[in-house]
Amino acid sequence: MLELKNVSFKVNDDGKEKTIVDDVSLNIDDGKFIVITGPNGSGKSTLAKLIMGIEKPTSGKILFNGEDITDKSISERANLGISFAFQQPVRFKGIYVLDLMRIAAKKELTVSQACEYLSAVGLCAKEYINREISSSLSGGELKRIEIASVLARSTQLSVFDEPEAGIDLWSFQNLIGVFEKMQKNIKGTILIISHQERILGIADEIVLLADGKVKKHGTKDEILPEILKNTDKNLCSKFHEGGLN
Amino acid sequence: MLDNIQKQILSEVADLHSVPSGAYNIRANGKSEARNTTANIDIISKEDGSGIDIKIKPNTKNESVHIPVVLSQSGIKETVYNDFYIGEGSDVVIVAGCGIHNSGSEASQHDGIHRFFVGKGAKIKYVEKHYGEGSGEGKRILNPVTEIYMEEDSIAEMEMVQIKGVDSTKRETFAKLKEGAKLLVRERLMTHGKQSAISDYVVELDGEDASADVVSRSVAKDNSYQLFNSKIVGNTSCTGHTECDAIIMGDARVVAVPSLEANNIDASLIHEAAIGKIAGEQLTKLMTLGLSEQEAEEHIINGFLK
Repeated sequence: MLELKNVSFKVNDDGKEKTIVDDVSLNIDDGKFIVITGPNGSGKSTLAKLIMGIEKPTSGKILFNGEDITDKSISERANLGISFAFQQPVRFKGIYVLDLMRIAAKKELTVSQACEYLSAVGLCAKEYINREISSSLSGGELKRIEIASVLARSTQLSVFDEPEAGIDLWSFQNLIGVFEKMQKNIKGTILIISHQERILGIADEIVLLADGKVKKHGTKDEILPEILKNTDKNLCSKFHEGGLN
Repeated sequence: MLDNIQKQILSEVADLHSVPSGAYNIRANGKSEARNTTANIDIISKEDGSGIDIKIKPNTKNESVHIPVVLSQSGIKETVYNDFYIGEGSDVVIVAGCGIHNSGSEASQHDGIHRFFVGKGAKIKYVEKHYGEGSGEGKRILNPVTEIYMEEDSIAEMEMVQIKGVDSTKRETFAKLKEGAKLLVRERLMTHGKQSAISDYVVELDGEDASADVVSRSVAKDNSYQLFNSKIVGNTSCTGHTECDAIIMGDARVVAVPSLEANNIDASLIHEAAIGKIAGEQLTKLMTLGLSEQEAEEHIINGFLK
């Protein structure tokens, strides 16, 4: 369904070329729950942005359902069936939660339909539907609305960039439930960038990135014990810096 | 009778698709076209023909007055004086607005001078929309002056909107508030092409516990120019807040000059101003929901000016 072929992303860092994503090739199948993990600076978030088209690869190709989307814009990819939840959601003056949910769903959602998505992420929907997506919302509220906007899209591929960041513990418990339910209902692929052991624990497959490269890719049962056992000391010390808990 | 162009403009400036209920005075091309008064609201032409007096009896509740102005002939230049006397304890909605359709080569200009005398404990909501259209080279010019004199414990909520098609505008608003009076101003403005818009506000808080909140949200596109001057003067124990928030696009220029003058130790006054372009992350977020860049921009602007 999603195929990355030798994808690299380099930036110019004070006159020196720096490789953020280094020759990554990956095959992601339909209906899977994939977690991409790795230490800070391993290129996880950049890889997610390359998939959505927020960044363009320096070299390599990205295919979605066999179609080359490497040169397609963010909007085109969105309309082909890719969604993206930002790590740090943006605020808008004058755009209300209901407006955002309607844009996301691409239809005139009724208030009760929009409320279902908000309730799914643990927000008391009626209180939020007419709230402005401005600084009046807390970081955690904003993050949950971001996830609800992706739920409302129900696309073939949903990418979440560190969904747990900025979410309190209570919400975190629910977040796991949200992903499980989402996978069941939409039957699409969920791709999550995460450090969280509990999110790793519900994955079908885990991709371990380090220094911009795929170090390991396999089923949860293959990868997770290795990560937790610190088999690769060097890798795991970096990993723990990144906040595995 | 109003023609189709005039009717279209009326719907833009006053959301009127037919004759309004309640009191109204419709002015088209320099003369009064239709008028209605009610038991509580009287509309009287000034003797010298320069405008109208709108008199609202004390304790008039849940009534409205519409006084739209339409200019559809090129080359008309007029100054109109409208005085509103709002009786004590009233609660009314006043909808004004001016639309210019100029297909000719001469400038069309309407300068409306509105004075409000808001009685003790009265409450008004005032909505004013300005709109211009027409393919001619003639300029569409609107220079409104608004003066508001507020008695004790009165409330005035003013919504001023100019979204499209006015080439040049200079808006002057002056307010004077007595004890416990409360003024809320919400200005929304969009300029494009080579338009220029100047807004001047002076609010004097003279009575104890008077309060004012003057907020402008604007979008300046293309080569347009906006100047926002807002001054709140606190002469006693009072609260005042003024804010200008602008999105700048293309080669536009925006100047924001909020200012405060406290003449009493218990005057509590705040001003804020922010000017910036549309944040790239906002466009990106909406594009990830499937909107094109242009659609995303429209959503952001429409929301901002809502």
